[in-house]
Amino acid sequence: MTTTTTQSSASSAGSQASATPLLQVTDLVKTFPVRKTGIITRTIGQVQAVSGVSFDLAAGETLGLVGESGCGKTTTGRAIMQLHKPSSGSVRFDGKELTKLSARAMRAVRRDLQIVFQDPYASLNPRWQVNDIVMEPLKIHGSASGVRNHQHRVNELLELVGLNPEHRNRYPHEFSGGQRQRIGIARALALEPRMIVLDEPVSALDVSVQAGVVNLLEELQERLSLSYLFIAHDLSVVRHIAGRVAVMYLGKIVEMGPRDEVYEKPSHPYTQALLSAVPVPDPKLERSRERIVLKGDVPSPVNPPSGCRFRTRCWKAQDICATEEPPLIVRESSGSASLSACHFAGARDVM
Amino acid sequence: MSTENVSGSFQPGGLGAPAATIAGERLLTVDELSVSFNTEDGVVRAVRNVSFDLDRREVLGVVGESGSGKSVSSMAVLGLLPKTATVTGSINFNGRELVGLSYNQMRAVRGNGIAMIFQDPMTSLNPVFTVGWQLAEAYRAHHDVSKKAAFAKSVETLDLVGIPQPDRRARQYPHEYSGGMRQRAMIAMSIINDPDLIIADEPTTALDVTVQAQILETLLRIRDETSAAIIIITHDLGVVAGMVDRVQVMYGGTIVEAGQVNEIYEAPRMPYTVGLIGSIPHVGLVGKRLTPIKGAPPSLMNLPSGCSFSPRCPLAIDVCREVEPDLMDTDRTDHTSRCHRWKELAEIDNPQKLFAHEEIGTIEDALILQLANPDEISVVDDSLVDESLVDDTAADRQSPAAEVDATSAEENPKS
Repeated sequence: MTTTTTQSSASSAGSQASATPLLQVTDLVKTFPVRKTGIITRTIGQVQAVSGVSFDLAAGETLGLVGESGCGKTTTGRAIMQLHKPSSGSVRFDGKELTKLSARAMRAVRRDLQIVFQDPYASLNPRWQVNDIVMEPLKIHGSASGVRNHQHRVNELLELVGLNPEHRNRYPHEFSGGQRQRIGIARALALEPRMIVLDEPVSALDVSVQAGVVNLLEELQERLSLSYLFIAHDLSVVRHIAGRVAVMYLGKIVEMGPRDEVYEKPSHPYTQALLSAVPVPDPKLERSRERIVLKGDVPSPVNPPSGCRFRTRCWKAQDICATEEPPLIVRESSGSASLSACHFAGARDVM
Repeated sequence: MSTENVSGSFQPGGLGAPAATIAGERLLTVDELSVSFNTEDGVVRAVRNVSFDLDRREVLGVVGESGSGKSVSSMAVLGLLPKTATVTGSINFNGRELVGLSYNQMRAVRGNGIAMIFQDPMTSLNPVFTVGWQLAEAYRAHHDVSKKAAFAKSVETLDLVGIPQPDRRARQYPHEYSGGMRQRAMIAMSIINDPDLIIADEPTTALDVTVQAQILETLLRIRDETSAAIIIITHDLGVVAGMVDRVQVMYGGTIVEAGQVNEIYEAPRMPYTVGLIGSIPHVGLVGKRLTPIKGAPPSLMNLPSGCSFSPRCPLAIDVCREVEPDLMDTDRTDHTSRCHRWKELAEIDNPQKLFAHEEIGTIEDALILQLANPDEISVVDDSLVDESLVDDTAADRQSPAAEVDATSAEENPKS
C-alpha cells in the first residue's frame, strides 16, 4: 500500500500480501467496436466490456470475480491473459508489463500464467487424444528433454488430477464432463504455472461432480502454491474457494474485500441483491429469508448509465448517483471493511 | 425504506410459503411408468417403475443428475418421446389415461391440459416469428378465435408474466429479448391456454441468479393466479428448497427417495440424497473440503445388479448388490426411500461423513486402485461408520471402476 492514488490503494487493500503482488491490474479497459453492417462498415459505438478495473493478486491467493453474464468478468480474465489486447490500462505480472509485450515475449510468460476455460465440451480438440492435449504445452514450451520425459510428465499430471493414466489414449468424447474439466486442468498445470485464470471452471458440471473439481482445485493450490483468479457466477462456489471476492457490474468492480466481509456484510446494493438471490439448500431458512428481487435487466454496455452504473435498478438511488460516479474506496459509514463503490453504502446481512 | 417502490421489491417470506394443497383433489397419477429405448447397442432403460401422485396446485420438485431419467419421465407424461421409445405403465391425468392415446388425442391435452417450459429459452423460440405471433399461434391451436383476438390474448399474457410494455414487446423477435425475458416468454406460452399442469424442465439453469429469482417468483405467482400444479425438474437442490411442496429424488431411472421438502433436507433416508446435499457448497463448509459422491451415474444400458446406487454407496452391503430395494415407507410420515439400510442411515448423526475423503490419487494410490477388490470398500459393520471410514483411500478405491462406467454412460442419450 505504498502507492498514493485512490485506484491502486483501492486495489491492494484487503490483501494480506507481501510488498509486490504477483499480479497487479490497474485501470484495465477493454472496449469492442460496434460496427454498422452493410457494404461500407464504420464504427458506430463502443461496447465498454471492462471499464477501469483494478486489483492485485498475491502468490498463493485466490481472488473470486463474480457477476452476472455480460458484466465483463470473462473479458477481464482474457484481457489479463492478453487473449484480448486491453484497450488501455496496465497488467503487471511478476513485475513485467504484459500489455507492452510482443506475441513472442508473451508466449514465454504463458508458461507461468495459464487459463482453464469454461466449457469442457468445447475447449478440448475432439480429434486429439488426451495424451496429445496434455502434452501440447510441453511440446511448445518444453526443453529438448525429449518425448520420453514428456510422456512421464503427462502420466504424472493425469494422476495428479485424479484420472487414470491408462486412459490417455482415449478421445475427449469418451469422458464425462467432470473428467473433461480435469483434463483441461491437467493441461493448464503442465508447465507448472504460478497463476491460473479459472473461467467458470465448474459451471457446466452437475453439482455432485462440481464438488470433486472444486476439491481438486483447492488441493492443487495447497500442493503447488498456485494463485487463482476464479471467475464465476455461482456465489456459493466462490465463497467456498476464494479468500477475497470482487463483485463486478457492467464492467466495473462495485465491491471488493475479504470473503467474510463481502458475504456477511455486503455494503453495495448490488452485492446485497446478488447474495439474496442465491438459493440456499435449506427449506426453512430459504422461506424465511428476505429476498431482494431486482427489476429489469442489465443496461446495455454500449451506452451505460451516467454516474453510478447500477443506479437504474437501485432502490437507494438519488440525484447524486446520476451525476457523480462513486469511487471504489473503503466507506467508514458502511460498517464493512471492504471497498464499495456506492454513495450510500451500508452493510446489511442478506444471507 | 421509503424508496422501495423505485426499483427493488422486498419480499419477506422468500419465494413464497408452501401452498396449502387442496387435499384429495388429485390431478396426476403415474403408476409403474417405465420407458425404454431400443438402440443398436442394446436396450436403454431410461425410466423404471416410476409411480407418484400430484394434487392440484401442488409444486413438485424432481431432482437428479444428468442421465437420471428425470426429463424422460416428464416427456412421457407429455407424450413427446420419439417413436423408438417403449412406454409401459399408466399415466392418469384428470381421470384420463394418457398412455396409448393417439397423436391427435394427445395434441388436445398438450398445451391445454399440460404445458411444458423447456430448459433453453434461447433455442425454444422460433427466431423468424415475433414473440406475440408465436404466443397467438399456441392460443389458436386450442381456441377458435380470430388472429387479432389471439394477439390481444398474447399481449395480456406477456403482461401477466411481468414483461414491461407488452404491446411493444409482442411485436419484437426473440433475439431482441434478454435471456430472462425469453424465459418469461416461454412461461407466457405455457400458461396461455390455462393448463392444469406446468412442467418446467430446468427453467433457470441457463440464467443468472438474479434472473433466476425473478423467474421462480413469476412461476409461483402464476401458480397462485391460475391454480395450476407445477413440476420443476432440476439438478439444483437449492432451487427447489424454497419453492416446492414435495421433492422426488431420481437416480438410475427410478425414484430413490420422495417426501415433503423439509423431510428430504433434514432427514434424508437414502445415501444418494445425503451425497447430493453434501456436494453443495454452503456456509458451514467454508474452509473445509466438499464431499462429492465418488464415481459417476450408472449406464442406463447396463445397470448394476441390485440397488443402482450400490457401486457408489459407502453403506452398500451384499444385499444391496443383489436385490434392488422397493420404495418403502420410513420412520417419517409421508417419506419413502429405496434403500435397504435406511434404518442404519437414520441412526448416523452426521451422515455427510460417509462421503468424506482425503487425498486425490497419487501414484501409489493408482496401483492400489487397480488391485483393489471393490468389496473391501464398503462398510459392513455399522460400528465402522465413523471417522475411520473417512481416512485414506477407502473412498478413492471406488473411483476407477466407476470411471470406466462413466465413459459408457456418456454415450447414452441424454435424458
